[in-house]
Amino acid sequence: MKILVCISNVPDTTSKINFTDGDTKFDTNGVQFVINPNDEFGLTRAMWFKEKQGATVHVASVGGITAEPTIRKALAIGADEAIRVNAEPTDGYFVAQQLAEVVKNGGYDLVIAGRESLDYNGGMVPGILATLLDMNFVNTCIELEIDGNNATATREIDGGKEKLATTLPLVIGGQKGLVAESDLRIPNMRGIMMARKKVLNVIEPIDATVATKDVKFDKPAPKGAVKLIDAANVEELVNLLHNEAKVI
Amino acid sequence: MSVLVYTESDNGSFKKNALEVASYASEVAKQLGTTATAISINSNENKTLGTYGISKVLNVSNDQLNTFNAKAYAHAIIEAAKSEDAKIIIVSSSSDTKFLAPIVSAKLGAGYVSNVVAAPDSTSPFTVKRTAFSNKGFAHTQINTAIKIVGVSYNSFGLVENNTSVSVEDFNPVLEDADFSTKSVEIDKVTGKVTIADADIVVSGGRGLKGPENWGMVEELAEVLGAATACSKPVSDMGWRPHSEHVGQTGKPVASNLYVAIGISGAIQHLAGVSASKTKVVINTDPEAPFFKAADYGIVGDAFEVVPKLIEKLKEFKAQNA
Repeated sequence: MKILVCISNVPDTTSKINFTDGDTKFDTNGVQFVINPNDEFGLTRAMWFKEKQGATVHVASVGGITAEPTIRKALAIGADEAIRVNAEPTDGYFVAQQLAEVVKNGGYDLVIAGRESLDYNGGMVPGILATLLDMNFVNTCIELEIDGNNATATREIDGGKEKLATTLPLVIGGQKGLVAESDLRIPNMRGIMMARKKVLNVIEPIDATVATKDVKFDKPAPKGAVKLIDAANVEELVNLLHNEAKVI
Repeated sequence: MSVLVYTESDNGSFKKNALEVASYASEVAKQLGTTATAISINSNENKTLGTYGISKVLNVSNDQLNTFNAKAYAHAIIEAAKSEDAKIIIVSSSSDTKFLAPIVSAKLGAGYVSNVVAAPDSTSPFTVKRTAFSNKGFAHTQINTAIKIVGVSYNSFGLVENNTSVSVEDFNPVLEDADFSTKSVEIDKVTGKVTIADADIVVSGGRGLKGPENWGMVEELAEVLGAATACSKPVSDMGWRPHSEHVGQTGKPVASNLYVAIGISGAIQHLAGVSASKTKVVINTDPEAPFFKAADYGIVGDAFEVVPKLIEKLKEFKAQNA
């Protein structure tokens, strides 16, 4: 089985978010970048398939050269080979078309991408990619088993979960649950050394549609001060929620 | 052309988000000087949509679609968009809709913007405001394709009544075997309990509750308020509560009217995930907990004392206002 894990290079989840250039760009100054957490759960599940079922695991990312440390981290975790499509990932539709080209040329059976990236939160890349390639697709996937050509995938639904049966080739929109948080791997020194020697192919983007453009960003309005209520006077909270906030 | 909206139902009844997206579609139609058409699948309540400004409903009744299937539902919506010559398609932000919308997007070559929180900034160019960076920011996004898909966030636009005379037409899209290449085997869903996505009120517990055995009072508070229960990430990581209750950046987003955080300190990832909630209450022993900076109301105190008292006072309140 040949697996492609698509990874995004995103700000660490603890990052403070600021904008620059007249609020038209995300300010990367002082921001630490990481593998998108939803992708990392998928990558870790892919490592399981590599170790238990002999799968080959490649990673692909659409991004500039600044994304390479994150791609190398995926190699250090254990992916065999990496591909970087040399373009800024500004639009999900554009990114999906680039990744579709990678999948088509690489002949992958299983593609795992995060259900959304934690920067632009578009949540569309896995589904568009699957549809462009006419592959099966399961979104918000929290469990995945592959047996030959058959796949059993459980997805999170509002208020519960649903188990689905499908076949390869398959695209997964993954998230936490594919593996547990405690299963995530921190690359060890040997992994990091080996990652330096692994293949990282840089390819140029194909001509593709750019469907959307972020023209301006802004931040939520600053929050007013919290109204503190004495623990001995809980009744006051009930009163405020009813008469002031009008939510009960 | 008209504006097309997919109004989701469950067991024949519209979900709350269906009426919200109908309201949104009606507003967009008004801005564009056209009408709003809904596509509904196996719903018994189509006439209701007239209340929210929908003038035509394409009613799909098909036993093959009794269980949600993303590809087949997407196919039905695509056929409806073609038949209506719709240039704008409005959908919700439910799990099911986020599953099917990218499929519709790719098949129609339509730009899709999810998590939209307000009526369009402008219709030419078509620009919408959406959350980005996990609710730490907003993006104003222009959609440049001929057909545009807008995914409306929960509880962001609200229900807007706009009584309109509505016609219901049967619509029978031809589905193919290939639409059913992924099959539902088993659905495991909590019944009789409000989900985090649909809830007006969410009651959430954190590590401050010390162990899963102490969740009784969280459940009871939720019951009194008619709320859904949720939890912080460490709580789901430790297995005290199921992952489906984890709210925050890597869990579920919350956009309720009221969010009550008990024993949750308020890590930046958690605050991002719940920031779309309109009113936030925090109960925590530590007055320095970051959540106090993000909340509207706070009680510095021991949850084991405060919550039972709060339940008692809410019961009295409910009894008086019943």
